[in-house]
Amino acid sequence: MTDIAATPRPSSGLAALFRHGRYVIGENKVTGFAFGLFIIIVLAAVIGPYIVPHDPLASDTAAALKGPSAKHWFGTDQLGRDVFSRVVVATRLDFFIAVASVALVFLMGGLAGVAAGFFGGWTDRIVGRIADTIMAFPLFVLAMGIVAALGNTVQNIILATAIVNFPLYARVARAEASVRREAGFVQAARLSGNGEFRILLAQVLPNIMPIMIVQMSLTMGYAILNAAGLSFIGLGVRPPTAEWGIMVAEGAAFMVSGEWWIAFFPGLALMVAVFCFNLLGDGLRDIVDPQRRT
Amino acid sequence: MLGMILKRVMFAVPSLIGVVIVTFLLTRALPGDPAAYFAGPAASQEAIEQIRVKLGLDKPLIVQFGNYVNDLAQGDLGNSLTTGQPVGKEIKSRLPASAELTLLGLIVSILIAVPLGIAAATHPGSLLDHTCRVVATAGVSLPVFFTGLILVYIFYYLLGWSPAPLGRLDVFMSPPPQVTGFYLIDSLIAGNLEVFWSSLKQLILPAATLAIFSLAPIARMTRASMLAVLASDFVRTARASGLSPYMVIVTYAFRNAMIPVVTTLGMVFSFLLGANVLVEKVFAWPGIGSFAVEALIASDFAPLQGFVLTMAIMYVALNLIIDILYGLIDPRVRLEA
Repeated sequence: MTDIAATPRPSSGLAALFRHGRYVIGENKVTGFAFGLFIIIVLAAVIGPYIVPHDPLASDTAAALKGPSAKHWFGTDQLGRDVFSRVVVATRLDFFIAVASVALVFLMGGLAGVAAGFFGGWTDRIVGRIADTIMAFPLFVLAMGIVAALGNTVQNIILATAIVNFPLYARVARAEASVRREAGFVQAARLSGNGEFRILLAQVLPNIMPIMIVQMSLTMGYAILNAAGLSFIGLGVRPPTAEWGIMVAEGAAFMVSGEWWIAFFPGLALMVAVFCFNLLGDGLRDIVDPQRRT
Repeated sequence: MLGMILKRVMFAVPSLIGVVIVTFLLTRALPGDPAAYFAGPAASQEAIEQIRVKLGLDKPLIVQFGNYVNDLAQGDLGNSLTTGQPVGKEIKSRLPASAELTLLGLIVSILIAVPLGIAAATHPGSLLDHTCRVVATAGVSLPVFFTGLILVYIFYYLLGWSPAPLGRLDVFMSPPPQVTGFYLIDSLIAGNLEVFWSSLKQLILPAATLAIFSLAPIARMTRASMLAVLASDFVRTARASGLSPYMVIVTYAFRNAMIPVVTTLGMVFSFLLGANVLVEKVFAWPGIGSFAVEALIASDFAPLQGFVLTMAIMYVALNLIIDILYGLIDPRVRLEA
């Protein structure tokens, strides 16, 4: 904690950040482990569909509801589809939903928050009111309402997940931007004749980037959980698409009759992914902002 | 004191207005024609027009909003498309089931999380401390519907200790005469122990699922806040004055450490009310969450809108209660008002 903060910062730039990152990963085994998991998840998302042993959509009623075996590592579901292949293939969709929604809220919440913190006044009041109104809802319930109202599609799941995360991003960005409002480098930029918008985008925004990136990795896990929860209750993704939430929902009915593997493995994949993102988020925060470590 | 409460209530009003506006806008955001949507897929052009006039959708938006607020003020949340029943009535009859489940889950969670957090903070670096951290991180990573299913598999299918995850009571039993709507309390009032046990058995697994889910943030916050308080000057003074460790921790540190924990309860409720929907689906619990999910599957919008509104109003009310509680615990907040 304090010993990291007290270490004099080496020459700035990407190389220094990388060195510092390697140091923290070396220091903290857990972060290294999470990083390894992250690589596996990314690999599964990118090349998963090409390497799985079975077609995730091919049903084979003769082999339905078989437990894990050498042929079907995670068993087969009620239609005889290979659960392992489906779990791996689903990584891409779940990962895509999480990344897309986090990127979207980063744009919306980040920009709105920076503007609110930097300009203050009416901008601040409007952004604050929007954030407060969203926060007045239980977030998952609001997401349900948004998807139901806008239409039952994957795009709307992404949008809803982004909207419910908006207050979090807007608040962090606002707080970070408002302390930099009158900072020396901002005043220097102002004196050399830069317009306010230019200062906002070229000076303030890059400065709060590290904190925002930490925020992104911390909310990735929540985004995945939120999206999977929505598809568990039948929103967004439709069968027979392979997606973790809907696979757990399909396997739920078989849990009471003992066919545990149908729901267990996609649920486990979901849990591992969220766990990985949470650990990674904590680790990244240690790199970027060592003082906030708990 | 009264002034503080009034001030807090005033703070909740803008949130409430925001909630009503957003739920109104959600209905208007329906893709395509809301009248056609409410009329159902089989309706003729004439029937759609009729519905449009009946729902007031031919009037300007601001008039529609006025009508909406007027209906709300009279407790009218519209009718369900599938059952034709008023949504308000249905939600009212289902609310106790959800409330009983959520509150029991929260109570169990607090009973475990707070002592765990305190123990972790008073023994930093110990096995207990590490356990607390692992539980907290794992707890936030567990999808709540997954925990529920695992519990069902273990305790119903493998061990046979718990009844089938189907509702609030054994199918052969009739619910106790309604007083509070909470089966646990009503059965005791009626003196019917058999029903009490049956409903308790049905409640344990879903409540445990919710408890596991909300354990993490509470334990984490208790630990962090307790650590901060234990490092403060007044605790050092209390220790130096020779007070017993028990006295220092329970009387001095604990009460101060609880202040930030009460504030996080607001966030915990936000998660809990959302998780409630998923848990109700897993355990076929006849609460307002299942009501909303059934409506979703049938593309029936009025119940869903009513559900979102009810949940949001409850959440605003809970936050208000937490705010007032906060003032009661922390005299400094009272002085400010």
